[in-house]
Amino acid sequence: MVKGVIERTADMTPVAVARKIRGLSDRAIAWIFITPTIMLLLAINIFPLFWTIWLSFTNYRANRPNAEVKWIGLRNYERILTDSDIWLTMQATAHFLVWTLVLQVLIGFALAWLINRKFKGNDLWTTIIVLPMMLSPAVVGNFWTFLYQPQIGLFNYVIAFFTQSDPTSFSMIGDVDLAPWSIIIVDTWMWTPFVMLICLAGLRSIPDYIYEAAECDRATKWRQFWTITVPMVLPFLMLAVLFRGIENFKMFDLVVQLTGGGPGSTTELTSINLKREAFEKWRTGYSSAYAIILFVTVFGLASIYVKALNKVKER
Amino acid sequence: MTVACAAAAFSPAAQADDLTLCWAAWDPANALIELSKDFEAKSGHNMSFEFVPWPNFADRMLNELNSGGKLCDLMIGDSQWIGLGAEAGHYIKLNDFFDANGISMGDFIPATVTGYSEWPKGTPNYWALPAFGDVVGWTYRKDWFNRADLKAEFKGKYGRDLDVPKTLAELKDIAEFFQGREIDGKTVYGAAIYTERGSEGITMGVTNALYNYGFEYNNPNKPYDLDGFVNSDGAVAGLEYYKALYDCCTPPGSSDWYMSENIDAYKSGQVALQMNFAFIWPGVHADPNVGGDKSGYFPNPAGPGGHFAQLGGQGISVVSYSDSQKAALEYIQWFAQPQIQKKWWELGGYSALRAVVEDPGFASSQPYAQTFLDSMAIVKDFWAEPSYASLLLPMQDRIHKYVIAGEGTAKEALDALVKDWKEVFEDEGKL
Repeated sequence: MVKGVIERTADMTPVAVARKIRGLSDRAIAWIFITPTIMLLLAINIFPLFWTIWLSFTNYRANRPNAEVKWIGLRNYERILTDSDIWLTMQATAHFLVWTLVLQVLIGFALAWLINRKFKGNDLWTTIIVLPMMLSPAVVGNFWTFLYQPQIGLFNYVIAFFTQSDPTSFSMIGDVDLAPWSIIIVDTWMWTPFVMLICLAGLRSIPDYIYEAAECDRATKWRQFWTITVPMVLPFLMLAVLFRGIENFKMFDLVVQLTGGGPGSTTELTSINLKREAFEKWRTGYSSAYAIILFVTVFGLASIYVKALNKVKER
Repeated sequence: MTVACAAAAFSPAAQADDLTLCWAAWDPANALIELSKDFEAKSGHNMSFEFVPWPNFADRMLNELNSGGKLCDLMIGDSQWIGLGAEAGHYIKLNDFFDANGISMGDFIPATVTGYSEWPKGTPNYWALPAFGDVVGWTYRKDWFNRADLKAEFKGKYGRDLDVPKTLAELKDIAEFFQGREIDGKTVYGAAIYTERGSEGITMGVTNALYNYGFEYNNPNKPYDLDGFVNSDGAVAGLEYYKALYDCCTPPGSSDWYMSENIDAYKSGQVALQMNFAFIWPGVHADPNVGGDKSGYFPNPAGPGGHFAQLGGQGISVVSYSDSQKAALEYIQWFAQPQIQKKWWELGGYSALRAVVEDPGFASSQPYAQTFLDSMAIVKDFWAEPSYASLLLPMQDRIHKYVIAGEGTAKEALDALVKDWKEVFEDEGKL
């Protein structure tokens, strides 16, 4: 059928055009095919990037289109980098990022290791475990907000049951010390299954004969784990960390639903802070500089990380 | 131009238009739908409504205005938007239209004209018709206050009757008295106050304490002169008061509460007192659990530095990007009529027309009507500058950090607020 279509297209092509096409080199044809994609990429990725860079040196405000736009040099960057509040949001983001990654990797790997063992019903358990990551973050945020309510929330009653304390005596999302942990718990609950699935793929990719050879060499289970399982799953784990790291660096919806960035600014991550600057205060130039700083940070860290990942894969 | 538009609008040849009115999604909006049926019948225009929940209202509608969107022909925008609406050209100026159609701003409650219509403030430049008068006030459990055992205990403890508080200090005593108390087998708490961080909640709450302790937005004699006014000793004391009230007397977990959470807490019998805008009072009065005689209403109590309450409410404006400005102006003319305003009040909308609120029967028309009048007499509003959002966000941030998160001192919070606001005004070229 495809051949028929090609023939019909060839028949329909005017001779003059066909001659011209026949005269084109492979490289020229390749360019003809990829040019629309490149144009699209330039329009929706590259142009906005350069436009944002330009805006970051101005005092432009998107809600004042008629106001004079002044070139203010590095003032936006200087303001951001010397603003202690912004460093606090960076700190909150780093805290969130580190703890979610540590917990998700540890728990995700442990779950994958357990699920990978052949037992009855492990497919069912896999399905149940991955359910949270299928939910919308907004729904999860709302759902956990109720769970965390000191008066009606199940979470407080469970903790109170084990600690013999008053369930209304603490508020997970209203307490400065507990609020960061409240979002870490929810993110871990939601996204550990993702890490688990990646680890599971890694574990299942290890051929059985390696373990059989290790058995023949009388290697203990503990030694097999550290010398076979961990090194072979490590590239998968690192990939999971990369995905989750990038996702959590721009975490927004879940935190907005849960704490709104509060109490105070304890859980105000950089993405929330940036949104406020850009679309509530409408400091477009300032927030462009902010976005560029974040972009450079993520790009730099991700590049270093990818290099490390490639080295691990090469081993 | 507006005069010409208006003249054309009310000529017999005027054609039927499809008008969209944008507002917040809340009880009064439903009353407005009901009210507007009369306009549809009389004018032949079709009315559509775009209502957005309060937490997203400003985001959604300001984006619409900033992008020059044609969704809304009429906008009942928040009072703080007036500066932006006027200076950015989102709203059409209504002076000529008012003059041509005999609509006088003198016919409306003065505070609502200043709050909802004027820009610059204090000048006769009108960008909206006062549409919905609103103010922060208090609801209390009258049935609990009337219990003989509680009355006796309160008198023994505080040496005065358990009654509507006259001062903020008395209000705190009452809230403290009820905090953690068991009533009808259920643990109850003192007061539901505004603590919300994301939009404007804690600002709309804390100002009811700040104003009454001496806070001023700026030097009355020198605009944008903030030092010593925003962070005066009185303002510091007011902020400390609000934190103390939050710490001692609010339900657990109420660290991010605004209108709807306070309503829920009150209606479910969790709290003795509720801070909230007056728009909720008809709903409280009609509620099967706490309505009728079980609830009472009182204006925000006085403090040592004065007696004020935070203004809420909105004016109705014609969006300059609308293709149906004539019909939109026709709606405003219809809405301004005394008989329509009277019906508006009957349906649950708070009319700002003096003919309605100064009617001898008004004060007794609802149990909360007198409180509404008393509250409207003591209102003060947040900045209505075009950059109000840039001014609001740091206030939300600084106040929440101190009151809820307990970071630093009240003085530090207000000093930081002065610094933030100065930066905004410097960016605006006003400092």
